[in-house]
Amino acid sequence: MNIVQRAFVRTLVASAAGTLLIAGSVIAGDVEVLHWWTSGGEAKSVAELKKILEAEGHTWKDFAVAGGGGENAMTVLKSRVISGKPPTAAQVKGPSIQEWGAEGVLTQLDTVSKAGNWDALLPTVVSDVMKYQGHYVAVPVNVHRVNWMWANPEVFKKSGAKIPTTWDEFAVAAEKIRKAGFIAVAHGGQPWQDATVFESVALGIGGADWYEKAFVKLDPAALGSPVMEKAFTTLRTVQKYIDKDAANRDWNLATAMVINGKAAMQFMGDWAKGEFTAAKKVPGKDYVCVPAPGTAGAFTFNIDSFIMFEQKDAEAKKAQADLATAIMEPRFQEVFNLNKGSIPARSGMDMSKFDQCAKDSAAEFQSSSKAGKLVPSWAHGMAMPSAVQGAMFDVVTQFMNSSMSPKDAAAKMAAAAKKS
Amino acid sequence: MQATAAGLARPRRSTLDALEAALPKIVLGPTLLCSLLFVYGFIVWTGILSFTKSRLLPNYEFVGFVQYASLFANERWWVAVKNLCVFGGLFVSVCLAVGLLLAILLDQKIRAEGILRSIYLYPMALSFIVTGTAWKWILNPGLGIERLVRQLGFPGFTFDWLVNPEMSIYTVVIAGAWQSSGFVMALFLAGLRGIDDSIIKAAQVDGATMPRIYWSIIIPSLRPVFFSAVMILAHIAIKSFDLVMALTGGGPGFSSDLPATFMYAFGFTRNQIGVGAASAMMMLGTVVAVIVPMMYSEVRRSRRG
Amino acid sequence: MVDHARAESAGPRSIGRAVVYGLLILVALYYLAPLFVMLATSVKSLDEIRSGSLVSLPARVSFDAWSKAWGSACTGADCSGLKGNFWNSVRFVLPAVVISSLIGAFNGYVLTLWRFRGSDALFTLLLVGCFIPFQVVLLPMAQTLGWLGLANTTTGLVFVHVVYGLAFTTLFFRNFYVSIPEEMVKAARIDGAGFFIIFWRIILPLSPPIIVVCFIWQFTQIWNDFLFGVVFSSGERQPITVALNNLVNTSTAVKEYNVDMAAAIIAAMPTLVLYVVAGKYFVRGLTAGSVKG
Repeated sequence: MNIVQRAFVRTLVASAAGTLLIAGSVIAGDVEVLHWWTSGGEAKSVAELKKILEAEGHTWKDFAVAGGGGENAMTVLKSRVISGKPPTAAQVKGPSIQEWGAEGVLTQLDTVSKAGNWDALLPTVVSDVMKYQGHYVAVPVNVHRVNWMWANPEVFKKSGAKIPTTWDEFAVAAEKIRKAGFIAVAHGGQPWQDATVFESVALGIGGADWYEKAFVKLDPAALGSPVMEKAFTTLRTVQKYIDKDAANRDWNLATAMVINGKAAMQFMGDWAKGEFTAAKKVPGKDYVCVPAPGTAGAFTFNIDSFIMFEQKDAEAKKAQADLATAIMEPRFQEVFNLNKGSIPARSGMDMSKFDQCAKDSAAEFQSSSKAGKLVPSWAHGMAMPSAVQGAMFDVVTQFMNSSMSPKDAAAKMAAAAKKS
Repeated sequence: MQATAAGLARPRRSTLDALEAALPKIVLGPTLLCSLLFVYGFIVWTGILSFTKSRLLPNYEFVGFVQYASLFANERWWVAVKNLCVFGGLFVSVCLAVGLLLAILLDQKIRAEGILRSIYLYPMALSFIVTGTAWKWILNPGLGIERLVRQLGFPGFTFDWLVNPEMSIYTVVIAGAWQSSGFVMALFLAGLRGIDDSIIKAAQVDGATMPRIYWSIIIPSLRPVFFSAVMILAHIAIKSFDLVMALTGGGPGFSSDLPATFMYAFGFTRNQIGVGAASAMMMLGTVVAVIVPMMYSEVRRSRRG
Repeated sequence: MVDHARAESAGPRSIGRAVVYGLLILVALYYLAPLFVMLATSVKSLDEIRSGSLVSLPARVSFDAWSKAWGSACTGADCSGLKGNFWNSVRFVLPAVVISSLIGAFNGYVLTLWRFRGSDALFTLLLVGCFIPFQVVLLPMAQTLGWLGLANTTTGLVFVHVVYGLAFTTLFFRNFYVSIPEEMVKAARIDGAGFFIIFWRIILPLSPPIIVVCFIWQFTQIWNDFLFGVVFSSGERQPITVALNNLVNTSTAVKEYNVDMAAAIIAAMPTLVLYVVAGKYFVRGLTAGSVKG
């Protein structure tokens, strides 16, 4: 036998042996959770949940799939469900919960939710999203507020501008800032960021009631209305003050511009706070968090949650029930949200460890709920089915990248709502 | 499997012969079966899905051509198709041209050939995610080339293709060509080295100049290499997904979307599997219509020659 | 090699060569630029990255990012870096490469030297498998693996890679074996050798060049694959591409670009080394006839 032939035999044997190595699949009693929290702060939070469950005797099988704010994770989730082996829980939020419920693959958390008295601990707006046909199928983890504006007071002072509370004031302030040589609005030209900014603009211009009609009820009259046109016109104004390097810029790089004093303000959800904290900035001094212009008293919420899949055997069911209970417990809610920049979904918690922005957020969460100004964030998948959300993203991002007129944009938004 | 002495085991021989005659088909069998099931079978399944109401998960309720109608009415789909033509055409031509040029240059008895060849070839080893990320930075106007050239003293220089909706697809060509032309170069280099010297020398004796020799003799004899290269490049262009996602994310807006990214977005993220399946069928249809006849004719020709 | 050294005289020749070298070096810079960016960024500190230009040289070189990427970066709830995933990848890539190459070799052998009616058509049909976009097969394959009981196992992942690698390996070996003269095989058959003996004694010893090409190609494709890896594996068994993606793609938190770049280079290391070391065998293998059809 020559060298090649010997190698051939060897590899034949080795490959046969290799294929027989069947790595084990998920065994009973394990908790497999699909999520995309893979970074420092978020990963720490998930690790807390892992600790809690392991203390109760279960095995945590981490199943992290990052990318695209959940795009890859959703691909993997579908494949797993189709193959007949869904994970214990998966990070899914908003109306998608209803879509999954309709497929009949979710488990009902009645025992756990009654024992934990969830109905009393969650505002109706939140618990409605977590239920399918009246039964809890998902557990909320946190509450993010999306309609924040993060501002650098130094930049405002140097430009002689005042922090705006309405969109008209915004135009004035932004002009002053630009003349002083700073960038008025820090932004990243990605579809979800475009939509996040537009959402706050729309809320500020149209108010909470109109917002609900347009983005939650998908009423075509509201969507194609002059209010929507005005919102787009205002978006064009905002766009004037974004620097030209914004395309595809990551959101945290935009936040860095505010931190470094290059830009005056950013319209972003409260996860931006993590960047300020990491850069050792103090709220109130180095930066301020205020509601986006025109949205004071209103609260656009984005709630991360885990949906629970129907499990086949008793061990897995028990582990799943423990998981659901643990998520709603004060201990996890506090630790998780301290690390992530959001506030607990569970009401009545002690907020002393949280910073001022979080305390403001928690207070407004309650007050806006009472005043009927607590609205779901459509840019973050809380208000409408993903097909419609995707179509609306296309409209907003097209608008920002072309010379589309506000009138056409409003018409296209109305057309997008038909994509169900 | 030695044949025994004639006359001794005739019945045995015929069974063995039958077995041996069937052996090639048996060996090829599993592969063909896999191809039948996992390629064609899945294509059929996707086709079926494109006629159903599938949204979040497959659902077998038939709705006729609704998904296709929805697809053709979608502006983003036509942008993706146009982009594939632009990107595919440019990508293949640029890679072929650069690959051929580099191969010809490298074939000139260059001293550092080994090192240069490694330099041209290594991008192929990288995953598209790595490539996209690195090029995203280099092409970013505020951080990369534009800023660098300006710092070097050319304040008016602009290179903002990455963020320009009209030009974003061309940045995908730049990054893609960077990744793949080295491989094409290797193919052409191998082809050049396989050309018989005597033909060249005969032409030189006849007084032909080098450019003429290249044009009339060498390049035509590289025809099979062109075929292999086009096959591989076309396959990369059609499947280009990771590169676009990492480099531009399909943007700005959706100006650098390709059918593969469109299909992924609609099939998986937007919970519109029906539309995703319809777009996949369109992609596959193009492949079959264009590439299969080309392949078949080349396969037959190569066997004869 | 095309030898035209004699065709040109000394003067224009040296200008010609200067042009040739100049072009080659310019192009080499274009090729090296991204690698330089990655390397430079991976040894800079985060502050320097945030404030400086991405194509500038580091002020101070630090390898902290590298050790973090290998051993302590978070890819989910686990913060143990890429090292586990590196070996996960090795575990399924090697069997997949070997098996698909083996089967491809036999297929190529059959299609060129044991032809039967319709083998060309069958070969073309097989080649279509090269073009199928992987997104299309994710869901049906998931369902199939579920039925086979292979869902979420390393075996399942190897199976998927083998199935979709067969088209290419068959192409490589077939194009290589097409240049083996049929008389050789006919003579051997007359001598009484059968199907497997001919493969073992005659074909295989001629094959090293194409085996190298096939191995390099398949290794690169499978090692760098993301889609199949993310969908058909999970948890501790995720390949390095999935872990890299998790590391780099944090959605709402701080990004550590130097760690990202270090991780990307670590993930690319095996294939890079392979191309640098075996690149010349790759070209040699392609020269040896795989390209002529």
